[in-house]
Formats: sequence, structure tokens, C-alpha cells
Amino acid sequence: MSEEDDIILAELDDEELVQQMFDDLYDGLKEEIEEAVTILLDRGWAPYDILTKALVGGMTIVGADFRDGILFVPEVLLAANAMKGGMAILKPLLAETGAPRVGKMVIGTVKGDIHDIGKNLVSMMMEGAGFEVVDLGINNPVENYLNALETEGPDILGMSALLTTTMPYMKVVIDTMVEQGIRDDYIVLVGGAPLNEEFSRAIGADAYCRDAAVAVETAKDWVGRKHNSQKSA
Amino acid sequence: MPRPTDSQLTEDGLPLARTGGQVLLIACGALAREILDLKRLNGWTHLDLTCLPAKLHLYPEKITRAVRDTVARHRDAYDTIFVVYADCGTGGLLQAACAEMGVDMVEGPHCYSFFEGNQEFERHSESEITTFYLTDFLVRQFDAFIVKPMGLDRHPGLRDMYFGNYEKLVYQAQTDDPELTKKARACAERLGLSFERRFTGYGDLAGTLARL
Repeated sequence: MSEEDDIILAELDDEELVQQMFDDLYDGLKEEIEEAVTILLDRGWAPYDILTKALVGGMTIVGADFRDGILFVPEVLLAANAMKGGMAILKPLLAETGAPRVGKMVIGTVKGDIHDIGKNLVSMMMEGAGFEVVDLGINNPVENYLNALETEGPDILGMSALLTTTMPYMKVVIDTMVEQGIRDDYIVLVGGAPLNEEFSRAIGADAYCRDAAVAVETAKDWVGRKHNSQKSA
Repeated sequence: MPRPTDSQLTEDGLPLARTGGQVLLIACGALAREILDLKRLNGWTHLDLTCLPAKLHLYPEKITRAVRDTVARHRDAYDTIFVVYADCGTGGLLQAACAEMGVDMVEGPHCYSFFEGNQEFERHSESEITTFYLTDFLVRQFDAFIVKPMGLDRHPGLRDMYFGNYEKLVYQAQTDDPELTKKARACAERLGLSFERRFTGYGDLAGTLARL
């Protein structure tokens, strides 16, 4: 039996437990994360603190190591799955305790595209960062986006595509928003493996986000700017 | 020249063996066997071939740079250079680079499309968005391109995160090989998808190379 197998989470003090959660997220250990979340709740931690200090803190390390080529997609997915386990416990509590809300995002994979791994990671990290996320799922025609913009009133529209053949559909959505005179009412963020900054500019998006961590930072930045401009208007 | 192994084509590509051709094909290693077959069958001695490692497809953002470097290395030695890649997940960057370098490339989004014929693939693409495609090469290299990079050997539970939205695996057969069909069917089972074999032959690739 390895030394790690001997760790009893409940016997760790708060600081040690959070560090251990970082390690367990890194290793994609869902059950351990769920147990640790429950322990911290029992110790009186606010759900929002567990989310930001332990789960998001741990996923930030995962995200950085992914960007640096130390971790790869399978490991990130396992870590995300572990975080999802913790989030499932926290989510209803966050709603009850009125955690601060940074903004709201509608997100979906574009028409013709069923790839949702990146989108799901972005959704989860955005929720972790305090955004309310309305996830439209996969294969969304322009009508789905427009309906959601109208009914949900988000700050941000996020579109994702994995295929070279489907990424041009993002322009269809943005052009339709322009035609309807609503383009400037929303921050439009795009992402997906074949995309790049140049494409993002060419289709009239506000920013290209190369990964989930960048998406969160970009979203915070743009929402902050939007709120500032509204205040000064 | 000895036939390269699939592992060599995946990891290292195919080094240039100069045979006096006036046209250089810079191709993806995943197409090496098919191009060598077409050369042999058609007597295309004017075409020389070098291939980049097929595993570049695992990092499409590296394809454009690798093609640029290879064109630069050989352009003085050949009258014509032709790039045997489709867009291949480069998001238009490869096409832009080829245009800038003054070299042509294969039309289409990826090899699944040009093997089936770009027009035909385009025609049914909307009705097949939940289809996962494999070619002869990818069936032979299923572990190297799918199982290992996706971590399915170490974490089989990830399968549904990757393939949960897919319904069907279409094996686009370039050749008639019962063993390969059997393996393709096993790949579909492993991914939890239904199976269809679709004989494509070399599709648009043959016509494209014939015009060079």
C-alpha cells in the first residue's frame, strides 16, 4: 500500500485538506473530492469558499499544466470529472446561500458539431468563477442562440466548434445578430481547436479563447469593461 | 524501397527518396501507402514523395509550420511542390500558408472528405454529424491515434465523454481487406458505436494526383 493510500481526509486540518484536494483534482479522484467537499461543509466552510479556494484553485493548476504541456486531455477530463462531483454537491447550496454572481453566459456548440468536451469544460470553469451558465448543448442553429439571448438576457454569448467545417457557422450567428441590431448588446466569445485569433476577428467576435482558463479570464475582463462603460454612460 | 511500416509513418513520416521526379509531394504520413500504391499502379515516376509524421494530426496547430519548413527545404530542388494535406484542422492556416508559398494543396476539409469525394461528403455531411470516420490507415493505427492519445487504455471510463454524442462508425475502406474490416468492426464495438463499411477507394486523391 502506498503512503498516499493511508491519508485520511477527515484527519487533515483545513489547509492540508485543501492542498490534498489540489492533488486529488490533479489525479482526477472524484470520490475523494466529494468526500473532501463534504468534510469542509461539515466544518462550516461557505460553499462559495470551497468552490473558489479548493475546486477552482485546484483546476487552475490543472489548466496551467495543460497549457504548459505537462498534462494532456485525458488527465484534464478526469480532473474535470472530479470537480464536477464536487460541484454537484455545492451547486444547490450556492443557490441557497446567494453566492456572488459575476455575469451570465449562454453557451453552445454550433450547428453541425457534436463535440462538447471543450464547451463543457468552459461551462464548468465559468460556473466555478461565479458566472451563471445556460448551456444550449450541441448542434445549435442560429435560432437557438437568438431565442436564448432573448429569453435569458446574458452578458456573454459563447460559441464552440471543433471542426473546420462547422466553425464558419459562428459567422452566420454573428451576422444574424448584426442584422437584427443586437450584436453590440452582447459579448461574443468563441473557442475550439481549429480556431485562432485571426478567425475570431474575421467573423466579428469579441475574443477567441484558446482554453477554459482563458475563457474565464476573458469573460471577467469583458464583463468588467461592460459594467464600467455602463456606469460611465 | 522497402514499404514503410505504419508505426514509422506515424512517428517519423517518410524521408525523401529522390527518384528523379520533377514534382515533389509533401504528404501526411497517413496517406503514404495510398500515394505509393497510386504511383506504382499509374507509373507516376515524375512524382517524388516525402511524408511528415502522421501523428501531427494529434496537434493540428503544428501542421502548418511543419509543411512550411519542408517546402522551404526542398523548393529549390523541384519545379513543382504539391502539398497532400487537406485543411486537416488547421482552420484555414495551411491553405493561407500554401497560397503565400505559391504551392497547391488537396481540396477539402480532411481525408475523410476527399477519400469519399468532396462533393459526395458535403452532400451527406449534415445527416452524418454523429458519425466517426476511420480510414485504412486509422484502422491499422487505431491504438496510436485513438486509444492511447485519448487515454482510453488507461481510463476506459472516458469513452463516453469523447464518444457519447456519436452514434455510428463508418469505416471508409480504401482497399478490400477482410482483416481490416474485422478490425474496424472491433474498433466500433470498443467505442460503443454501430458499424458501417463504406468502400471509397482513393476518392478525389487519385484524380488530384493524376493532374500533376
